Amino acid sequence: MAVFPRRRLAAVALAATTALLVTAGCGGGDEQGDGPITLTVDVFGQFGYEQLYQEYMAANPNVKIVERGTGTNLDEYSPKLTQWLAAGRGAGDVVAIEEGLLVEYKANPGNFVNLLDHGAADLKGNFLEWKWNAGLTADGKQLIGLGTDVGGIAMCYRKDLFEKAGLPTERDAVSKLWPTWPDYIATGEKFVAAKTGASFLDAATNTFNTILLQTAGNTTGYSYYDTSDKLVVDSNPSVRQAWDTTMDIIDSGLSGKYGSWSEEWVSAFKQSKFATIACPAWMTGVIEANAGTGAQGKWDIAQVPGNGGNWGGSHLAVPKQSKHQAEAIELAKFLTSAKGQIGAFKAKGPLPSSPQALDDPAITGAKNAYFSDAPVGTIFGSGAKSLKPVYMGPKNQAVRTEVENAVRTVELGQRSPAQGWTDAVTNAKKAAAK
Amino acid sequence: MTVQLDARPPVAPAAGTPRRSSGRLSRLDTRFSPYLYIAPFFLIFAIFGAYPLAYTFWVSLHDWDLLGADHPFIGAENYTRLLADPDFWHALVNTLGIFVISTVPQLLAALWLANLLNRGLRARTGWRMAVLVPNVTSTAAVAIVFGVLFGREFGMVNWLLDLVGLDAIEWKSNRFASWVAISAMVDWRWTGYNALILLAAMQAIPRDLYEAAAIDGASRVRQFWSVTVPLLKPTIIFCTIIATIGGLQLFTEPRMFHSGTNPIRGGPLRESQTLTMYMFENAFAPHYNFGYGSAVAWLLFALIAIVALVNVLILRRIGGRSGPDGRKGAAR
Repeated sequence: MAVFPRRRLAAVALAATTALLVTAGCGGGDEQGDGPITLTVDVFGQFGYEQLYQEYMAANPNVKIVERGTGTNLDEYSPKLTQWLAAGRGAGDVVAIEEGLLVEYKANPGNFVNLLDHGAADLKGNFLEWKWNAGLTADGKQLIGLGTDVGGIAMCYRKDLFEKAGLPTERDAVSKLWPTWPDYIATGEKFVAAKTGASFLDAATNTFNTILLQTAGNTTGYSYYDTSDKLVVDSNPSVRQAWDTTMDIIDSGLSGKYGSWSEEWVSAFKQSKFATIACPAWMTGVIEANAGTGAQGKWDIAQVPGNGGNWGGSHLAVPKQSKHQAEAIELAKFLTSAKGQIGAFKAKGPLPSSPQALDDPAITGAKNAYFSDAPVGTIFGSGAKSLKPVYMGPKNQAVRTEVENAVRTVELGQRSPAQGWTDAVTNAKKAAAK
Repeated sequence: MTVQLDARPPVAPAAGTPRRSSGRLSRLDTRFSPYLYIAPFFLIFAIFGAYPLAYTFWVSLHDWDLLGADHPFIGAENYTRLLADPDFWHALVNTLGIFVISTVPQLLAALWLANLLNRGLRARTGWRMAVLVPNVTSTAAVAIVFGVLFGREFGMVNWLLDLVGLDAIEWKSNRFASWVAISAMVDWRWTGYNALILLAAMQAIPRDLYEAAAIDGASRVRQFWSVTVPLLKPTIIFCTIIATIGGLQLFTEPRMFHSGTNPIRGGPLRESQTLTMYMFENAFAPHYNFGYGSAVAWLLFALIAIVALVNVLILRRIGGRSGPDGRKGAAR
C-alpha cells in the first residue's frame, strides 16, 4: 500500500512536468491541418493595411490574417522583434523592419527567408532602385525584405494657429515663408512674438532628424557612419550643420519641448500646443491618430524648408521561423505591390516606394481630407523619385539615440550647446563600441 | 547567521517508528518520500531559477550579440568593462537612491497603518481590505497613470503646485524629483501590503504584555516602541528583505514612468534609470549586447545579496537593544 501513493505522486509530477513542457513548446504555434492557416503580421506605427487584409482574405479563403502592433512605438517594437528572432520563435509570419534597423538585421541574414529564392527577383522593377537595394545584404545574394514606403518630407502646420499669429494660412504662401531653415526660424520668431499660447514646433529632436537626413541626402549621402561603416559623427559636416541649425531653433525658443512620441507629445497634439511639425509622409497618419477628429481640417501641409529629404520607410520580411513561409511570402508580395502600397497610402499616408504606384493617378491625384484636402500625392510624391537615400551604418539606432538625447538635454536646458555636442560625440562613440 | 522569518521549520514527525509491516519498501518510503514531496518545487526551481541563473553567467563570459551567430568567449572582459562604465555606477546610484527614498517611508507608514488597523475600528475587515487595493492593480497601469500625473506641462501634480503658487517641477528630467515621483508610485502600491503583514504579526503579540506595560505606567507611544516594535522584529526583517529584493529590481515603474523615444534610458541624462533598465538597454534595444547585459544581471544579483545582508545586520542590532526575548515572541 505504501508504494502506490508514491508512484502515483511520481506519475503526477511527471505528467505535470510534461504538460508544462508541452504547453511551453506549443506557445505561439499554429495547428497544422486542412483548415485555414493564420498569418501574423507584426507592424508598428500606422501601416494602413486593414482594408488590404480584408481584400486578401476574401481572395484567399484559406488564409486568416492577424495583425499585431498598430500604434506601437518603434522603440517598443524593435526589441520585441529582436528577442523573437533570437529566441527562434514568437515573431510574426510577416514582420515590418524600419530602415534604421535594417542594417543590423542584415548583418545576420540567417534569421530571414531569402526572398530571391522565392521569385522576388522579378519584382525588382516594382521598387525605386535604392529601396530595392536597401533590402539586399552587402554581398547582394540575399533579399531580406521588400520595400513598403519611403519617407518624403514636408512640413505640417496648423492653419488656425497661423491665422491667430497673423501669418498666411494658404499652403503655397506658407511654403514661400521658409525656403530655407533660417527662414523657418525667422517665421517661428514672428509666431512666438504673437503669443498664441502655442509653441512653433513640437520637439527639437524631430526637426533635428529631418534636417540631418535632408542635409546628408543632399551632400555626403551618409549620416553617422560613412559608407565603409566608420563612425563619423564628429567629422561629417552634415551632422554638425544639422546640430547647429537645431541649436538656433532651440535658442530662439521655438520648441515646445514635448519629447517626441511621449504621452505629453500626444497631449500637445490634442490640445493644439504647437503649430508646425516636420512631417515625413508616414507622419500624417500619426498626426491624425494623435490630434483626433476634433482637429480635422485645421491641419495643412506645406513644403519643408531646405530641399527634400527622406526620413524612414520600412521593409516587410519573412522570418525563417515562420511555419507558413510560402503563404507569408505571397502576403508580403501583395502588401508591397503597387496596389498594396496605394491602398496603404490611402488609408494612413505612407508614401509608396514603387514607381508605378507613384505614377498612378490614385497617388498623383490624392488629397487628404484630414489635412484640408492637401494634395498629398503631389506634395510628397513629386520629389519621391529623385529622393537620395542616406546610408545607415551598423549601430545607427544606438548612435542616433545618443545624439537625439544630447539635443534633448540642450532643449531642456540641462546642457549648453557646447556641452551637448561633447556629450553627443562621446556617447555616440561609446554606443558604437558596445 | 540565521535569518528567522515568520515560518518556523515544521517539526519532523518522529522518524523511523517501527511499523508492523516492516518491509524494506516501507522503510524506503519513510526515508525518501519527504524528498519526493518537496521535489516538484526544486524541479521547477531548477528549470526556471537555477538554469537561467547559470546560463546567464555563461552568457556573461562571452561577446554575445543577440542576433549574431558566433559568440566568442572573452572571459571576465564584460565585468571589467562594466566596472569601469560610468553609466553602470550612475544606474546603481539611482537604484539605491530610489530604494532608500521609497523603502524607508514605506515601512514606517506601513507600521503606522498597521498600528491604526490593530485598534478597534468599525468595519475593521473593510479597512484592512482597502489598504490592499492598490496592490492588486496592474503595475503598468499604475505607472502610466503616475507618469501622466507627473507630466511637465499637462500633469496634475504640477497643476496643484501652480495653484498654491509654486513653480512647476521637471519630474522627468530632474534626477531627485524623478526619484521622488517613482518612490511615490512604489509606496502607493506596497505600503498597504506591508501594513497587512505587520498587522498579522501584531495580532500575535500577547495582550498581557501590554497590560503589564500599562500597569508599569507605559504610555501608548512607549508601548508601541518598547513592546510592539521589538516583537515585530522578525516580520520587519522579512518586509525589509522583500522590499530590498523588489526595490533593487525596480523596473516597471521607472520604465513606464517615461514615455516617448527610448524610455529605457530613464530620461535624457538617465535621471531615473535603474540597474534593471540598464541591463535591458544593453541586453536588448538598442545595443543587443546579451553578454554585457548578463554581466549587469550578475552584478545586480551580488548587490542584492550584499544589501540584504547589511539589512539583516542593521536590524538585528536595532532589535537586539530592546528586550532579550524579542525574537521568540512573534515567531509563530
